[in-house]
Amino acid sequence: MATPSITVSETPLVLYTLRRADDALILGHRLSEWCGHAPMLEEDMALSNMALDLIGQARELYSYAAKVEGRDNDEDKLAYLRDVRQYRNLLLVERPNGDFAQTMVRQWLYSTFADRYWLKMMRSTDPTLAAIAAKSEKESAYHLRHASEWIIRLGDGTDESHARAQAAIDDLWAYTGEMFGVDDSERGLIDAGIAIDPTELLPEWLAAVADIAREATLVLPENDWMQQGGRDGCHSEHLGHLLSELQHMQRSFPGASW
Amino acid sequence: MATPNTPLWEVFIRSRNGLAHKHCGSLHAPDATMALQAARDIYTRRGEGLSIWVVPSSAITASDPADKDMMFEPAQSKIYRHPTFYEVPDEVGHM
Repeated sequence: MATPSITVSETPLVLYTLRRADDALILGHRLSEWCGHAPMLEEDMALSNMALDLIGQARELYSYAAKVEGRDNDEDKLAYLRDVRQYRNLLLVERPNGDFAQTMVRQWLYSTFADRYWLKMMRSTDPTLAAIAAKSEKESAYHLRHASEWIIRLGDGTDESHARAQAAIDDLWAYTGEMFGVDDSERGLIDAGIAIDPTELLPEWLAAVADIAREATLVLPENDWMQQGGRDGCHSEHLGHLLSELQHMQRSFPGASW
Repeated sequence: MATPNTPLWEVFIRSRNGLAHKHCGSLHAPDATMALQAARDIYTRRGEGLSIWVVPSSAITASDPADKDMMFEPAQSKIYRHPTFYEVPDEVGHM
């Protein structure tokens, strides 16, 4: 019989930390799906390295969430024993890998945000989050550089690579707004200096994305209607499939380790 | 995989300050910027490096293995070129 899901007491700080942990785990898992399948060996390694960076960030954030919650949950239970509705990640990071352009555009849009986010979070009044931010920022800075270089080469490459990169931007654009969302549970943390206000990052993010897009001869969509829901556990159909693979071992063989 | 769009690059890593860059392998990449990133991702994953050089493999001029007798054999008989015929005074200590 499958292992039942845990319950989590989502105080504002637990929820806030879980949301960032889920972003990192889900995007890390997505990148890990490329392992052995990337277009060339060099990129296989690069994608796996980024996946490991993100899963490392997720571990630290989950451990901290469990500690703040103060019950008997831990990083493994939070990752493996929550069902899809309990996941709080951005819809952007659960988007399927698609082709290489889809994966790189997703990474670029997210890393452009994440690098600036972690940079600001280094001044969080919460020392643990500030320390996680300091480590994560260095990793995100590299992810951003790597993804940006690819966007420039795909966009300003062949007709086919240009068309694929443009299609990926058009497809993913509506999922970018959620990165800058703030709800009531986060407002108090922002006022306390524990969290930063992501809306302040939007102009910078937009300018940085526009710079790379221009160099890549790609066009940013005009539409500003944005998809929401991930932060509240309302996900696309893709996340359940991802979790079934990610959680299969622990659900079938509870507590298995090696 | 080798394609005309991803030529071969040689990678040199310097592991510590004061040491020389050492050749550690090769990789395929479309240009120098991407070659440097690929070198970082492939050859410095376990903290091996502080500095990376990448050089197009096509820029290397190599000796011909068929010339090895002419190139290297003559040096084999010149043992006097090794500094092993000097008495080192004890006061010098470890050299």
